[in-house]
Amino acid sequence: MEQNFQHLYDMLSQVQGFIYPNELDLQWGLLIVLYPYITGLVAGAFILASLERVFNVKVLGPTYQLALLTALAFLLVATMPLVSHLGHPERFYEILMTPHSTSAMAIFGFVYLWYLMVVLLLEIWFDYRQDIVIWSKETKGFKGRIYKILTLGVTDLSPSTIKWDDKIGYFITVVGIPSAFMLHGYVGFIFGSIKANPWWSTVLMPVIFLFSAMVSGIALVLFIYMAVSFFRKQKIDMPALDSIAKFLFYILVIDFTMEGLDQIHRIYEAEESFEILFLLVHGPLFLTLFVFQIFLGTVVPLISLGTLQLYKPSEKIRKIIYLSCSLLVLFGIFFMRWNVVIGGQLFSKSFYGFTGYKLHLLGSEGFLFSIIWVIIPFFILAFLLWLLPPWKKVGQHENN
Amino acid sequence: MPPQLKRLIPLFAIFIFLFLAARSFLVPKSFGEQGHYRFNSIAENKEKAMIYAGKEACDDCHSDRIQEMETDLHKGISCETCHGPGSAHIANPDSIKPMIPKGRDFCGMCHSLNPSRSKLVHQVDLKEHNVTENCIECHNPHLPCQMKK
Ligand code: HEC
Ligand code: HEC
Ligand code: HEC
Ligand code: HEC
Repeated sequence: MEQNFQHLYDMLSQVQGFIYPNELDLQWGLLIVLYPYITGLVAGAFILASLERVFNVKVLGPTYQLALLTALAFLLVATMPLVSHLGHPERFYEILMTPHSTSAMAIFGFVYLWYLMVVLLLEIWFDYRQDIVIWSKETKGFKGRIYKILTLGVTDLSPSTIKWDDKIGYFITVVGIPSAFMLHGYVGFIFGSIKANPWWSTVLMPVIFLFSAMVSGIALVLFIYMAVSFFRKQKIDMPALDSIAKFLFYILVIDFTMEGLDQIHRIYEAEESFEILFLLVHGPLFLTLFVFQIFLGTVVPLISLGTLQLYKPSEKIRKIIYLSCSLLVLFGIFFMRWNVVIGGQLFSKSFYGFTGYKLHLLGSEGFLFSIIWVIIPFFILAFLLWLLPPWKKVGQHENN
Repeated sequence: MPPQLKRLIPLFAIFIFLFLAARSFLVPKSFGEQGHYRFNSIAENKEKAMIYAGKEACDDCHSDRIQEMETDLHKGISCETCHGPGSAHIANPDSIKPMIPKGRDFCGMCHSLNPSRSKLVHQVDLKEHNVTENCIECHNPHLPCQMKK
């Protein structure tokens, strides 16, 4: 009992002003920050891939498969931060067994499954089917056996069947775009629909989440494309890189405008919660919001990518700028999620006080454990690139 | 029909079937009986051992203390607020003793100076109010207005 009091004193020492007892402990920590972050990377990477296929942006060809595989690698771990945040992770399936229309989280499980099974896996399968069949004949041993299974027994390579691959693949991509919007708009909805929290509750939340998702996903593919080319000692396709950066710039402009709009709206409305939010962004969130998210993560990339739209320096300099911008954007969007998730829990519902958040190094909510969920996707991606190398593909989809 | 779909449609059908089959095993028996929850959980929770006993339960043996407290300002505070959960103590009064909070911080949880706290609860600055001694050296915790010294 005494040590419980000790814990209470420790917690109380990080409180400022008045808070309600249940606000003392911040329940959603780093793991819940990672959840919208990783899901956003998935949606963004997928939308970049769809640009090439549905909107016919041919220059992006070299990154189409890479973007899809990146989306898959991150999608496979997207739910893991949530599951490992549970006190009883082994019970996670229960939410899928007895869903309810009033539970936003339960429906997320189905949105996720739809996106994984019907959109991503199928799109990749249709895109690669022809190659998988060829590889399954050429490759021996274990890898060959995986290819055999992956063909699902459809080994027909007649032109009419290949045409079907193309048509159905295209159709799935078209269905996939609203699905990707749903997947991530949905994550925004989970926060935006919490009407008790003035920092979260805004109808713009799904939209903001969506655009920041696209920004981070595009930056991720930009980074991975450069990294993969570097490791494979391949020349980077500059037109592709330039146009990814161009899209990154455009979407970043929209994203920044949307978030600005949201804040202006909030400032102009100046509801009763305004004072505490003002203190929030100037106090506990100052570093992560103004410095990390807005300055480093948005303004610097906006200016440098914007300059490149008018003036093109040598390839070498451009590559350095692209690399640093993609990393800055990834860093900035991470802190955007941080500011939403952590920021929304720092102030009291009474609007009279703050609690604190200390990130621990160890423990199930700690830094070291959480970082695993960011590292694993890269290993999955490496495996996927080994299994389904885009650079060895023969079959190319026609752009319909 | 394209050969791909001939393969995929049965595969998805199997997947959905497996999901439904798993669901029929995994949904607990009493789920949905009285609403969107597992009805048996109510009976299970009722069986749980009590941890807090309530002020009335102390009356059997400490009635003098309770009557005494009625006369002073701490009367609104239940015994277990300060002494912690008491069920185990009631079952074994001689071997299990409730906690007795002695530190200054403890009284400070309700009495330390805090501008957002109601003025109805008297507050002292813990850094100034008789710092060298424990609160209970002077104040009787059960009869706070009565001074020991
Ligand atoms: C079945 C009778 C019984 C009941 C009911 C009971 N107690 Fe006790 N309690 C005792 C006895 C016996 C002692 C030991 C008295 C002694 O050592 O002088 C004791 C001692 C204590 C002590 C002093 C412990 C110590 O370390 O000196 C506290 C505090 C206490 N009880 C609190 C409570 C509270 C609070 C409740 C109600 C939740 C309660 N008791 C209910 C019988 C009871
Ligand atoms: C404001 C907090 C508080 C409340 C409420 C409170 N106690 Fe105490 N109690 C104490 C403290 C502090 C001591 C230790 C006193 C000391 O060591 O001088 C104590 C001591 C005791 C003791 C040990 C004997 C003694 O006098 O030292 C008993 C028995 C006891 N309390 C019973 C009760 C019962 C029964 C109630 C409910 C009617 C109750 N207490 C309510 C704080 C409290
Ligand atoms: C659960 C909250 C709580 C705890 C813990 C608590 N008190 Fe109190 N105390 C009160 C309340 C409520 C009153 C009655 C309102 C008032 O007069 O301040 C009160 C009244 C008092 C008073 C009378 C103030 C006056 O008006 O002259 C004193 C002295 C006091 N407590 C001392 C203590 C000491 C010493 C402790 C630690 C053993 C303690 N209290 C623990 C809530 C608490
Ligand atoms: C040296 C003895 C002594 C100690 C130790 C002591 N007090 Fe007091 N306390 C007094 C006296 C005497 C008064 C009444 C005179 C006054 O208001 O200063 C008083 C008054 C109070 C009051 C009423 C104040 C008011 O505004 O009417 C509270 C509440 C209180 N004490 C709480 C505490 C708490 C909590 C502690 C432990 C952190 C504590 N005291 C420690 C002697 C003490």
